[in-house]
Amino acid sequence: MNGIIELGLPQMLLAYVFAVVVIILLKYRKIPQEKLVFFATIRMSFQLIIAGYLLQWVISNPHPLMTLLIIAIMQVFSVITVIRKFKKPPLSKSLQRVIAIVFPLGSLSALFYFLFVVVRISPWFNPQYFIPLAGMIVGNSMTGISLAVKSMHEKLTIEKARVEEALILGATLKQATESIINRTFDQAIVPTLNNMLGMGIIFLPGMMTGQILSGTNPTTAIFYQMAIMLGILGGVAITVYLILVFGIKTYFNHQLQFREIEL
Amino acid sequence: MFEFENMRYKDILFIEQLTIHQGEFTCIVGESGGGKTTLLRLLNKMISPTEGNIYYHKQRLEQCPSVAHRMDVSLLSQQPVMFEGTIKDNLLYAVRLFQKDDVSDEELSDLLTQLKVKKKLSDDASLCSGGEKQRIALGRILLKKSSVLLLDEPSSALDEKTEDLLLQIVSQYAKDHEVSVILVTHSSEVASKYGQRIIRIESGRVIR
Repeated sequence: MNGIIELGLPQMLLAYVFAVVVIILLKYRKIPQEKLVFFATIRMSFQLIIAGYLLQWVISNPHPLMTLLIIAIMQVFSVITVIRKFKKPPLSKSLQRVIAIVFPLGSLSALFYFLFVVVRISPWFNPQYFIPLAGMIVGNSMTGISLAVKSMHEKLTIEKARVEEALILGATLKQATESIINRTFDQAIVPTLNNMLGMGIIFLPGMMTGQILSGTNPTTAIFYQMAIMLGILGGVAITVYLILVFGIKTYFNHQLQFREIEL
Repeated sequence: MFEFENMRYKDILFIEQLTIHQGEFTCIVGESGGGKTTLLRLLNKMISPTEGNIYYHKQRLEQCPSVAHRMDVSLLSQQPVMFEGTIKDNLLYAVRLFQKDDVSDEELSDLLTQLKVKKKLSDDASLCSGGEKQRIALGRILLKKSSVLLLDEPSSALDEKTEDLLLQIVSQYAKDHEVSVILVTHSSEVASKYGQRIIRIESGRVIR
């Protein structure tokens, strides 16, 4: 029963039938998304092939600088992805700067705690653990921060009059924006919490499934999954909290007035 | 109390020299779009001059801490916003910001009666009419016990009788508490009835 069934190239290619079915269905229903499905399938395949070969090389030739370089690349791409998501209107330069600072701060603090205190990897740069676990924490933190920035911006636009009225009456910035920060925080961590609620009953998480398929004892796989979910929750919560607390300040000047260019 | 020195706000308002005295009931009149609301927002520090200076008690407004200044110089906007919650929550909003002694329900009910708001303290503030919201917002800033009241057309959603009653309350309050009032109004009649001093603003400039 132990060990993984090797998936050969012909078997793997058979899985592309799903993408073909989706494209046919979209064409039949005249939903103009078939190009996107095609592009996403090709891109996913190439990205994973490159990542697979790269990981194989990095894991067989472990080096601290290489691990750190990969983590740095992950961080840079995540920050660029978050900033590029907002084109109309683009994020202000000051908010972009805050994202570039708080994202690594939040996601890396959760990652380092997870790797060095919870899992206790050895050597400290072990890429077999460092890279996939970083991918999970950083990726989820990126989704969280995108959601938080979008929601914060929308709320400040819609509720500008209410925030301004509070400031007119003499509220501090914290008092005037408290409700927006709390509701945005709540919204941004809900997907992670929902994920946790459904785990084990509605679906089996990817990491756990992967470990079980490769022959790991399900108990170990479950412990890893529980720990990584808590790590992800921590990463998302810290990054979202930091972006809300520091990001919201970029919408105001030091006289507690709305910056005109922001909204 | 307020002194303007070659003050400009964008292309909207330019005041070369103007002094607004303490303890006076000052009325600002003029055509709509002339810069009257901008003037009040400058005095409350919700916006800052793009050129020149405004002084408050000889101190440059830029140097006055915003929160303390807005507590001392209260602005009633033309279309005040009600916060989520009851009428009581709204009346006490500013008071609670500064953790001042809470006001009793009896005092609050008396204030509502004075302001002719025929609603209960526990009623949802968002369900009030435009005129009621204006009067609740007036009550909200009266409870702040500020030194200066900046009122931007506080009776725009009221009938003539209620408008008169409201301004009488403000006028009496100002006398009793030695509070300065700066009232923006489109009505010359209101200005001459209540204003100890009338300032006319047209196309962003003070007309002497």
